[in-house]
Amino acid sequence: MTEATAGRKIGKERISYRMLKNRLFKWGIIVVSGITILPIVLIFGELLLKGYRQINLNFFTEVTPNTLEAMTAMANNEVIPGGIVNGITGTLLIVGMASVIAIPFGILVGLFLFENQGKRYAAGFIRNLSDILQGVPSIVLGLIAYLWVVKNVTSGYSALAGSVALAIMMLPLIVRSTEETMKMIPETLKEAGLALGAPYYKVILRVMIPTGFSGLLTGILLGISRILGETAPLMLTTLGNPMINWDPSGPTSAVPLLVWDFYNDPNMVDLVWSSSLFLMGFVLTLNLISRRIAAKQNNN
Amino acid sequence: MTMNPNIDSIDHPVLAIENLSIAYGKGETKAVKDVSAGIKKEAITAIMGPSGCGKSTLLRAINRMHELYADIVTEGQIFLNDINIMEMSTIQLRRKIGMVFQRPNPFPTMSIYDNVIAGYKLNGIGLKKNERDQIVEQSLRNVSLWDEVKDALYKKGTFLSGGQQQRLCIARSLAFQPEVILLDEPTSALDPIATSRVEDLLVELKEKYTIVLVTHNMTQAARISDYSMFMYLGDLVEYGSTKMMFTNPRDTKTEEYLTGKFG
Repeated sequence: MTEATAGRKIGKERISYRMLKNRLFKWGIIVVSGITILPIVLIFGELLLKGYRQINLNFFTEVTPNTLEAMTAMANNEVIPGGIVNGITGTLLIVGMASVIAIPFGILVGLFLFENQGKRYAAGFIRNLSDILQGVPSIVLGLIAYLWVVKNVTSGYSALAGSVALAIMMLPLIVRSTEETMKMIPETLKEAGLALGAPYYKVILRVMIPTGFSGLLTGILLGISRILGETAPLMLTTLGNPMINWDPSGPTSAVPLLVWDFYNDPNMVDLVWSSSLFLMGFVLTLNLISRRIAAKQNNN
Repeated sequence: MTMNPNIDSIDHPVLAIENLSIAYGKGETKAVKDVSAGIKKEAITAIMGPSGCGKSTLLRAINRMHELYADIVTEGQIFLNDINIMEMSTIQLRRKIGMVFQRPNPFPTMSIYDNVIAGYKLNGIGLKKNERDQIVEQSLRNVSLWDEVKDALYKKGTFLSGGQQQRLCIARSLAFQPEVILLDEPTSALDPIATSRVEDLLVELKEKYTIVLVTHNMTQAARISDYSMFMYLGDLVEYGSTKMMFTNPRDTKTEEYLTGKFG
């Protein structure tokens, strides 16, 4: 055997070994990725299977049934009457008010941090505090809102108290996304505005915010989808309500609170699945929209 | 020793810079050192020099854009038509002194039309529709962009080519009818054809406007400027007519720079 053929033979063996390794690696990645997406598929499948029966027009237009109605329906193997409209309206009210509080605050703080990149001690301090705020357990925020708002402002459980707790949860997300969005906008755009003699606030409102609009919107939507499913702080603040309530100072229901209620009532257990499905669909939709917007922004 | 290119050599300067020193922070080295110069009306003055020589800082001091940096320390004065610019509000000053940047930066959310009129909009100056139309058309004609964009005025300015965008930015700064236009390396991001169009435009514009141009492209300064400054490490080394400077520089540093020995 000449050296050349020996070389070729070793080469061949090596190559087939390498190709095997390559294939193993590739399949390894596919299997692990499959396992990762499995939970979300299973969760959705489970919710769909168990919840679809309850999803009808009444589900979105009627308030929660009482336990007797539910029991009768279950005994006759019928669909439980009623819906979760009190929860949906409550969630809209609470999350809406939380957004009204958190969005302007968050954007202003984000602008402050952006304008003081590594300059002022105060900016670094606020940035750190805002990061820490993100880590505060939501039940603690609920307790604080209970002490501040339920005890002292509305003298009773209220949508407002829940909104305050959720606004605090949302705030750090909006602060960070505002700062990051502003950092992505070329510095010369701001300078161009100022060089035209425009006052600073006009440059921010008419140039910087419109330019970074999709980034800001992404941050806001992610913030909202983060607080949509929060249950613990609402238990301590808004309590729940079997009727539709639009009064910020009154007890109010919310979809995640209803899930908890249904879970605790053996007669209503069917409604757990449909309301969870609704909640998850809502959050997922917001997430997808914000992804779309972010992708569009990156393409520009 | 810094040669002092005296202000008297320029009759009735639009801008008079007197003993201007600028440092980025107390006790830091000065980016601009004791510069005095007069800028001639309706002419192109080029500021040349190697990177870090202070030419951009000097330019930005003229419309006080350098004040955007925190802790900036400015000494000396600049007069615009005998009025001390430090005593004017930046809002007034910047309407009289327009600025064009290195990279074309039309406002991305605004149409071509809105970009030209942006100065008025951002300053909250209300105009009638026909006044606005007139300003937009005149400004775009001034930068010979009108014929290219007149059918696309409501499209986004960012769809234009780089050279067109830069001319749009010049039009934006012209909309206020400023007296002086400052340009900070306006062609460094453009291809040669777009560059030569912008240069032709500047030569046309000097009939009505005073132009101060920072460039590190010596041939550009030679092609279009009437007066040239050469700066080195914050000093204004030499200042005079461009012809004189390129044919017979007084300072050896200038000569070395112009002949490509450094820079």
